Amino acid sequence: MIRFTNISKRFGRFQALDSIDLELGTGRAIALIGPNGSGKTTLIKCLLGMVVPDTGAITFRDKDIRHDHAYRADIGYMPQIGRYPDNMTIGQLIDMMKDIRQSAGRPLDEELIRDLGLQPLLHKRMRTLSGGTRQKVSACLAFLFDPTVLVLDEPTAGLDPVSSGILKEKIDTETAKGKLVLITSHILSELDDLVDEVVYLQDGRVRFHKTIPQLQADTGEKKLVRAIAHVML
Amino acid sequence: MNKLIKYVLLDILRNRMLAAYTGFLLAITVTMLCLGDNPTKSILALLNIVLIVVPLVSLIFSTIYYYNSAEFIELLLGQPLKRNRILLSLFTGLAASLLIAFCIGVGLPLLIVYPGATSALLVAVGGILSVIFSALALLGSVTMRDKARGIGMAILAWFYFSLLYDGLVLFLLFQFSDYPLETPSVILGALNPVDLGRIVLLLRLDSSAMMGYTGAVFQSVFGNAGGTTLAFLILLGWTTIPIWLSVRRFNRKDL
Repeated sequence: MIRFTNISKRFGRFQALDSIDLELGTGRAIALIGPNGSGKTTLIKCLLGMVVPDTGAITFRDKDIRHDHAYRADIGYMPQIGRYPDNMTIGQLIDMMKDIRQSAGRPLDEELIRDLGLQPLLHKRMRTLSGGTRQKVSACLAFLFDPTVLVLDEPTAGLDPVSSGILKEKIDTETAKGKLVLITSHILSELDDLVDEVVYLQDGRVRFHKTIPQLQADTGEKKLVRAIAHVML
Repeated sequence: MNKLIKYVLLDILRNRMLAAYTGFLLAITVTMLCLGDNPTKSILALLNIVLIVVPLVSLIFSTIYYYNSAEFIELLLGQPLKRNRILLSLFTGLAASLLIAFCIGVGLPLLIVYPGATSALLVAVGGILSVIFSALALLGSVTMRDKARGIGMAILAWFYFSLLYDGLVLFLLFQFSDYPLETPSVILGALNPVDLGRIVLLLRLDSSAMMGYTGAVFQSVFGNAGGTTLAFLILLGWTTIPIWLSVRRFNRKDL
């Protein structure tokens, strides 16, 4: 569904991405993991067209995403640090996004707004929100338009255990519906029963891209944390 | 696109700084109109203030607004929207709100007290300067990543267009005073939107006699209806070129 071909990106002297080749299929939850600064977020931003790669091409449903914007209607993005206009309330923000991203005929998925308990907070201004609540808003916006691809950058960072559980459940149901979910996270133990594949990035390169059973077989470890530790050593 | 403009406009109109700017312009205009009994004198005094204040506020306000909307831009970039539409909506919202502030602050009282072509011309000049300088601010903000540098750049640009440029022109005119300078001075005047606005209005007020022979040359170039049109066409160029450049940069920018 999404194919990265020879993607490189350099920020000044820093090589953020170094000829990345990757193919992501639909109906799977894929974990994008790697140390800090390994290029996870940059890769995601390339996919969303926020960062323009120096070389290479990204295709979404076999269409080059360069000079295109319509493909983003199929992507729900939850940023690592959700930054929103300060003096808007949560309700206004959600209404604005609905208004801008008119999904004619497409049903809205407001399940998370209800489940994460945002309903009573709709009148609160973005400026006054805690990091966790902000994260909840990001999650709601990512799932709101029922997109076929979900890109979640550190989705559970800053969320309390209950909310994080609700979000993980949601991710599971969406994957089961045949969506492609791309998750980056540092908390590997969380990913264990969530993802089907692992992409490991290091220094802007793909170290490996394996399914969980394959990884378990190769390393002889059951838990993702141990398996990754095994590879890193 | 219209929806985006709506949201930007709503956001800016709620801004206290813009309300303060409107109030300030209103106070100055009313004071000027009350002080002078002679319309020409009042309009001339008002022109001098407008030419200083409008570029400064347009530049600084637009620059700060752009940097403060970084979150908003980031949010929109993840949506199925074209990049140039995002930037153009931002610009349209900014320019429109500055224009509204100027029209309420200066245009309304001026046109009520002295309705006429000269007042209308002053409003037109001030209005187009608002748009030009928010376009220039946009170009600066898109180019500079850092907020402090962007604002510094905006202040520098204002300093250049309002003070430095005139000094440079004077210096050149003195240095080459042995040569016929009519054509160069007309060209130099057109290369600065603030000067161009001033010239158009001074000619209209018939103060060009005070500018000596150069004034006569200006009169022959910009003094008629065709000349005023030409001046406004140049001013239009001062708007479109910075916008075009900033859209080009914004399309290739990493955010």
